[in-house]
Amino acid sequence: MRWQPARLVARRAETPTAQTLVLDVPGWSAHLPGQHVDLRLTAPDGYQAARSYSLAAPADGDRIEVTVQRVPDGEVSPFLTDTYREGDPVEVRGPIGGWFVWRPQQTDPVLLVAGGSGVVPLMAMIRARRAAGSRVPFRLIYSVRTPADVFYAAELRDRVRADAGLDVAYVYTREAPEGWRGEPHRLGLADVNNHGWPPELDPLVYVCGPTGFVETVSDLLVGLGHPARRVRTERFGPTG
Amino acid sequence: MGIVTPGFSGRPRVEAPELPPGQYLTPDFPVLSAGPTPRVERDAWEFVITTETGAEHRWSWAQMMALPQETPTVDIHCVTRWSKLGTSWQGVSLDTLLDEVETAADYALAHSYGGYSTNLPLDDLRDGRAWLVHTYDGEELPAEHGGPARLLVPHLYFWKSAKWVRGIRLSLDDTPGFWETAGYHDYGDPWREQRYQGD
Ligand SMILES: Cc1cc2nc3c(=O)[nH]c(=O)nc-3n(C[C@H](O)[C@H](O)[C@H](O)COP(=O)(O)OP(=O)(O)OC[C@H]3O[C@@H](n4cnc5c(N)ncnc54)[C@H](O)[C@@H]3O)c2cc1C
Repeated sequence: MRWQPARLVARRAETPTAQTLVLDVPGWSAHLPGQHVDLRLTAPDGYQAARSYSLAAPADGDRIEVTVQRVPDGEVSPFLTDTYREGDPVEVRGPIGGWFVWRPQQTDPVLLVAGGSGVVPLMAMIRARRAAGSRVPFRLIYSVRTPADVFYAAELRDRVRADAGLDVAYVYTREAPEGWRGEPHRLGLADVNNHGWPPELDPLVYVCGPTGFVETVSDLLVGLGHPARRVRTERFGPTG
Repeated sequence: MGIVTPGFSGRPRVEAPELPPGQYLTPDFPVLSAGPTPRVERDAWEFVITTETGAEHRWSWAQMMALPQETPTVDIHCVTRWSKLGTSWQGVSLDTLLDEVETAADYALAHSYGGYSTNLPLDDLRDGRAWLVHTYDGEELPAEHGGPARLLVPHLYFWKSAKWVRGIRLSLDDTPGFWETAGYHDYGDPWREQRYQGD
């Protein structure tokens, strides 16, 4: 798999600390929702750094999207969110990963569980479901610190209204919006029980987020009776 | 050299000759796996080597622990680009286990509780280069890092060091395992950056 030249064509702020980058990659091949790219930066002295970023949406011709959350003290993510400018080149390699993917031909009910920026590949699945006109029942449980940290907030609101069979439940860990029932808390058994699918329906489950989050959620799911082979996980790195 | 991205300088890099290309050092021990963490009781645990003729060699936990133990200190390299230097383990050398096994096989497919698998040339499990480990940093190996026991094959990317390992199937042909079927390299040499198929 080779490194391909790419260029930033647009950026959108998702939250105060996260940006969606639209990249033009001439000759991009198709990809599946859930796959990621490796992105490589080269400094003038030849120094390079590469990191993985999930593809956030189906490709639009040669255009791909990633959403990057700034990690304080990070080497690559603050550069991408704060410094990297439209028109500037970068290198991309992918698509990568053939396990944590959802195929629009699949018919099993789907449960998506996201922690923070872990929503990115899951949003790609929600967008692909819409693009394919799939009516497979989808539920997303999305854990965020505060309402201001929700990625794709407006689009998710619209999709829940427009896409029949899609439900989204939020769990706030630090600060809940006005009118939300319950206290801020870390995602627990009751949340998975109330907003997920029961194991009898044999859903496919995709869990993505920081390592500790994925560990906790996948243990809860197995505890509830979901067979481990039906639970797919993607760990974005250190606990956040 | 790649295409220069204006404004990027990177971080002052640590000189570390032990670091393969494209890797960076991490002080923590990140966890990466494809699904929930399997929990395997030591009483129920067993390790089985199956040869190409179907002959089986089994070890219970107590039998494995009674074998000569080694304490390798090694550098490990994850394909997601973190490396960790000087990690210390305890376990049984694969040489010790394979000593009891008659085989003409060239390939090994390690398989795990939970369904994971990964392929390696059998030679890469020999000559003091691979272990079945149960202790990390002086403590029982935690389940999220592959406990009760995992493979340790530090000269290859860490996905080859199968967690929750349950056995090894020996064969004359190479059968790609879990990540290899999902687009990762068949061999996975960190020094040659064999990350994905075709590298
Ligand atoms: C398959 C895969 C897909 C990914 N997809 C995305 C994505 O869609 N969006 C996204 O924003 N990130 C994603 N990541 C994480 C991303 O690759 C980087 O790890 C992240 O951007 C931090 O890089 P950095 O260079 O800024 O920080 P580094 O310089 O690598 O690290 C700086 C400090 O932050 C800690 N750290 C590193 N990564 C994280 C993290 N993810 N969370 C919290 N702390 C961290 C490190 O331990 C270190 O202390 C993905 C990772 C993987 C493996």
